[in-house]
Amino acid sequence: MIKLSPKLSQKLSYSILFLATILAIVPVVVIIFTIIKNGASAITWDFLTSMPKDGMRTGGILPAVLGTFSIVTCAISITLPIGVFAAIYLNEYTRNNLLTRIIKLAIVNLAGVPSVVYGLFGLGIFVMFLKLGVSVIAGALTLSIMELPVIITTARGALNSVPYSFREASLSLGVSRWQTIRHIVLPNALPGILTGTILSIARISGETAPILFTASVFYVPHLPHSIFDQVMTLPYHLYIVSTQIPNMPKKIIFGTALVLLIMVLTISFMAIIARIYFRKHRKW
Amino acid sequence: MRKIIDTVIETVIFICAILSIIFVVLIFGFLFKEGFAFFKDFGITKFITGKFWNPSSNPALFGILPLIVGSTLVTVGACVIAVPIGVMTALYISEIAPKGIRDILKSLVELMAAIPSVVIGFVGMITLVPFVRIFFNIPTGLTAFSGSIMLAFMAMPTIVTISEDAIRSVPWHYKEGAFALGATKWQTIRRIVLKAAMPGIIAAIMLGIGRVIGETMAVMMITGNAAHIPDSIFEPVRTMTATIAAEMGETVRGDMHYKALFAIGLVLFVITFIVNFIADLFLGKSKNK
Repeated sequence: MIKLSPKLSQKLSYSILFLATILAIVPVVVIIFTIIKNGASAITWDFLTSMPKDGMRTGGILPAVLGTFSIVTCAISITLPIGVFAAIYLNEYTRNNLLTRIIKLAIVNLAGVPSVVYGLFGLGIFVMFLKLGVSVIAGALTLSIMELPVIITTARGALNSVPYSFREASLSLGVSRWQTIRHIVLPNALPGILTGTILSIARISGETAPILFTASVFYVPHLPHSIFDQVMTLPYHLYIVSTQIPNMPKKIIFGTALVLLIMVLTISFMAIIARIYFRKHRKW
Repeated sequence: MRKIIDTVIETVIFICAILSIIFVVLIFGFLFKEGFAFFKDFGITKFITGKFWNPSSNPALFGILPLIVGSTLVTVGACVIAVPIGVMTALYISEIAPKGIRDILKSLVELMAAIPSVVIGFVGMITLVPFVRIFFNIPTGLTAFSGSIMLAFMAMPTIVTISEDAIRSVPWHYKEGAFALGATKWQTIRRIVLKAAMPGIIAAIMLGIGRVIGETMAVMMITGNAAHIPDSIFEPVRTMTATIAAEMGETVRGDMHYKALFAIGLVLFVITFIVNFIADLFLGKSKNK
């Protein structure tokens, strides 16, 4: 075997690592580019605000957009308070004992459960056992449990970044522990929690598997009007139009994909902007 | 009055904290309840060792082996692609890339995680699948191979971000020591940094594997959904996740098929539990340094 000089082997290795990095990035660019290029022409005001017609082959995606919106809103309003409270417990109240370790292990596990298994669980407990049926609320509850570990982890990070001296100052004035958290720690951790929440919203907007059996259906002829309604959702609609319906006009598929992509990326982008803004205006 | 409010709120906080434990137990409980009923009716050995998955035949066959083979094949394929590329990317971003473009590269890699898996599946269907069919001259591009490629890129953000954290947390004096002995930067990266960051990198790989095994929508759209044991990676397969997602709609609630899908869910739950547990062990190891 030829022995390369250390200098040359460094140069060679750096080039290989650079190529690997390019390879890791290219697919993202290809995916976004393909969707935008082919989908841009499909997006009209009419596409966004009308019902699907003619077996989805013409018309718009309004019910799917509203369905996703209602499920995500419900899910986040369930998971946010629970997640923040759990994070407060882990960060402010407890020391490293057996119970905390079990809670942390449970969180790690919840984070690892496949999304389709959450779907099964939601079907078993919410749709069947609690008899909520296939509905917005059943889907939202399923998604909220799935997102719980993410919210807890980010909220904990935000609470943890509040300097300890803030708490000491408050406690030394005789303020109780909860009052300190409520008036000193939480307001200062809020930006971090908010950023994490926005990212969670983006993530659950694109989830399909957990709502497959719990909330989403093929077609609903009217717009959702209660949380006990079955709904159409954007990601499931994309799955249907791209795989289940023969002779589907490509334009509608790409248009649906683009709307979903724009929605998710805009929300993520908002989170990034919020993070930069809050970092600049931090009090410590 | 204040005291009472404090006590009430602190109780609520405590309940929210133990909810995570309750949910894990509930998930396991519900999967186990239906799965166990299925094992009792069908037989657990017939389920685990059965070579045929055919719920509509008479009698219905629920052998999970082809699905396990499908999941394993796709996962191994994805790892073979994603692990080297991911670790190299992490090394490049954390050690070599100029400061100015470091954050841009990192954001681009992480962007992949933000794209919904149906969107990735759809783009794979119209670009990758025909490419594989023509390039390898096979009857269909919906194969385990296509699924592996797609999943490799979906696991990339996990592998790169966590490996990068591990590489970056290698103490500076390790590197100083190597430089002082006259090692080049690359020799230091390869022999010192990579070794010191290994526990974190292994954790990253495990978490990536967890993500790949659990991925559903993209896999269902790309791997061809044929529940049989394939002869090669260029044949259609069906994973455990895709089977649940594709067939739940056809079942009658509470029948054998319905319970069988819960049994698959139970198997998936146990597998991901183990994978994530191992990842967590390595993550703890890498933080304790």
